[in-house]
Amino acid sequence: MFGEGILQGLYETARNFFGSYVDKDRLVTVQYPEERHQLPEATREFPFLLYDGPDPEAGLRCVACQICEKECPPRCIHIEKSKDKKPDFVGKQQFYPAVFDIDVSVCMSCQICVEVCPFDAIRMDNEYELSTSNRFGGLLYTKRELAKPNEYYRKIHPTEAAETDDRRAKEAEEAKAKAAAAAAAAAAKAAQVAAIPAVAANGATGNGAAPKPAEQPADKKPVNQ
Amino acid sequence: MTTVAELERRVEAGEDGLGDILEVSMGPHHPSTHGVFRMDVRLEGEKVVRLKPVFGYLHRNHEKIAEHGAYLSAIPYTDRLDYLCSMTNNWGYVLAVEKLAGIPVPERAEYIRVIVAELTRFQNHAGLVGFLLQDMGASGTPLMYAFREREKILDLFESLSGARMMCNYLRFGGLRVDCTAAWLEEVRRLVAGLPKFVDEFEALLRTNEILMARTQGTGILPRELAINAGVTGPMLRASGVNYDIRKVDRYGVYDRFEFRVPLGDHGDVYDRYMMRILEMRESLKILEQALRGIPEGPIMDPKTRLRGLRPKAGEAYGRIEAPKGELGFFLISDGTGNPYRYRVRPPSMINLTILEDMCLGHNIADVVVILGSVDIVLGEVDR
Repeated sequence: MFGEGILQGLYETARNFFGSYVDKDRLVTVQYPEERHQLPEATREFPFLLYDGPDPEAGLRCVACQICEKECPPRCIHIEKSKDKKPDFVGKQQFYPAVFDIDVSVCMSCQICVEVCPFDAIRMDNEYELSTSNRFGGLLYTKRELAKPNEYYRKIHPTEAAETDDRRAKEAEEAKAKAAAAAAAAAAKAAQVAAIPAVAANGATGNGAAPKPAEQPADKKPVNQ
Repeated sequence: MTTVAELERRVEAGEDGLGDILEVSMGPHHPSTHGVFRMDVRLEGEKVVRLKPVFGYLHRNHEKIAEHGAYLSAIPYTDRLDYLCSMTNNWGYVLAVEKLAGIPVPERAEYIRVIVAELTRFQNHAGLVGFLLQDMGASGTPLMYAFREREKILDLFESLSGARMMCNYLRFGGLRVDCTAAWLEEVRRLVAGLPKFVDEFEALLRTNEILMARTQGTGILPRELAINAGVTGPMLRASGVNYDIRKVDRYGVYDRFEFRVPLGDHGDVYDRYMMRILEMRESLKILEQALRGIPEGPIMDPKTRLRGLRPKAGEAYGRIEAPKGELGFFLISDGTGNPYRYRVRPPSMINLTILEDMCLGHNIADVVVILGSVDIVLGEVDR
C-alpha cells in the first residue's frame, strides 16, 4: 500500500517521542550549565604544571629540560631555562624554568607533552570553561597560572596520580638509600684515604690506589655535604 | 559562460533570449556541502549541465607539517584529517610507520584497535545517514537519533582516550593506554543495545515512499566508472564491486573475524544509503567477536621508542578500510627523525572527484543528495 512506509516512520518517531518520557536511553539531553555530565577520569583539556608542597616556585617539578617544547606538535610551549639550580624531590640539583608559557589558543590538547615528560611535571587538566574577553594575553598561560598542586592532580585523575605518586615515592626512597650507601662508601673510602699515606709511604702500589678514593666522592658532591 | 552579474547586465540592457544557461556557485558556505566546499554548477533550467567541484578552503598544510615533525607528532594531526573518525586515521598512519620501521604489535592492542575502529565506523555511518536524510528534508529527526547513539560511542572514546573526537589514541607498536575491564563491559553493554537502534533507524525511513522516489535512480555510479575513478569504500561496494581492504589486506587481526561485505546493485543514492545501514550491522558482528576474543597481555611493543624514532631509509604504504574508503599513508624515510615524504591518500577526496559524472542531468536539488551520499569530510579532502 502506498504510504505504508511513511506510516511506519511516523510510528517510529512516535515511539521515540513517547519513549523519551520513560526511557533514560532515549532522553539524553543535559541542561547545561545547570546540569553537567560527570567527566570521565581520562578527560584531557589543556596542560598544567605540577608542584609538590606548598610553594609553587620551590616545589615545581619541571626541570626545564625542554623535551616537551621540542616534541609539542603545534609548538605552543615556550621555555626559558634558569641560570641557577635548585634541588628536586630526590635532592639532586636541577635547573628550573625561568619562563614557562603555554599558548592555550594554539594547544591542541594532544597530551604528547605529558607522554614525553620524564619528570612527571606536566599533566592534563580537565578545566574546560576557559573563555576570556582578553584577545591578546588571555589565553597565554604563564608559569604562575599553569602551576597547580599535586593535590589537585589527585583530585582530577585519582588513578593516574596514585600511580605517579607511588613511583615517585619509590624513586625518592631508592635515591635516599643510594645516597646513604654512597655516604657510607664515601666514609669508608675517607677512612681508607686516611689509612693510605701509611701504605703509600711504602712506595710501589701507592700511586695507582691513591687518586681513586679522591675521585669518587667528587662525583657525589651534594651527597657528601 | 553566463554569470549572474552578466545576466543582470544584459537584462538591464534589454537583450532577448536570456536565461538559457545559469551559473550558480553552491557553497562554500552552504549547509548542504558538509563544510567549506564549493560547486560551480551550470544549470539549464533546473538541470545540471556541468559541475565543477572547488575545494581547498580548509587546506591546513597537513602533509608538510608532518614532514617537519617527529613521527610521533604527526599522530594528533591525523585526528584532524577526517575529524569524525580519528581512531581509524590514527590506525592508517601507525600502520604505515609500523611497516616502515618493522614494528610488531601485541595481540591485545590489535583487538582493541579493531574494537575502536568498528565503533568509529558505526558512529560515522550513523552520522552520515543522519546527515543524508537531513539533506533530503527529513529535518533533524533521523540526525538526532543518529547523534544520540553516536554520543554514547564518543563517551566511551572519552573515557578511554581522554577526548571525544580527537582521540590521539593509537601509537606505533600499540596503544597509548590500556582499556580497563569496566570499559570493555561498557562496550559490551552498548553493543548489545545497538542492533535495536539500527532496526529502528532502518524502519524509520527504509520503505518511505518519498525517500525512495528521491533516491532510487539518482546519482547512479556505474561499476566500471567507479573502478576507473579509484572510488573506494561503501561508494564502490554500492556499485557492486566486492572490494573491502579488511578482506583484501587482512591487516591487523581482521582475518580472525567472520563478517560479510554487503554489495549494492544499482549504485544509486538509495544503495549507498542501505550500504551504510548494512555495514553498521556487520560492524556490530565484528565487535561482538572481538569483545569475545580479546586476550590479556601487554598493549605496547616494549622495544619501540616513541620519541626519537628513526626508521631505516626506505618507504612504506599503509592502508586501511576507513569508514569512507581506502585511507592510505605513504611514508619515505631517509633515516632521520622525521619523514622525508608523507602523503595521505584521502578516500573522501578521491570519491569526490566523480561528483560531476553522477550529477549530470539531474536537478539541482539532487546534487545536494548525491553529495550527501558520497560521505565527505572537508578536513580530509583539503588536508
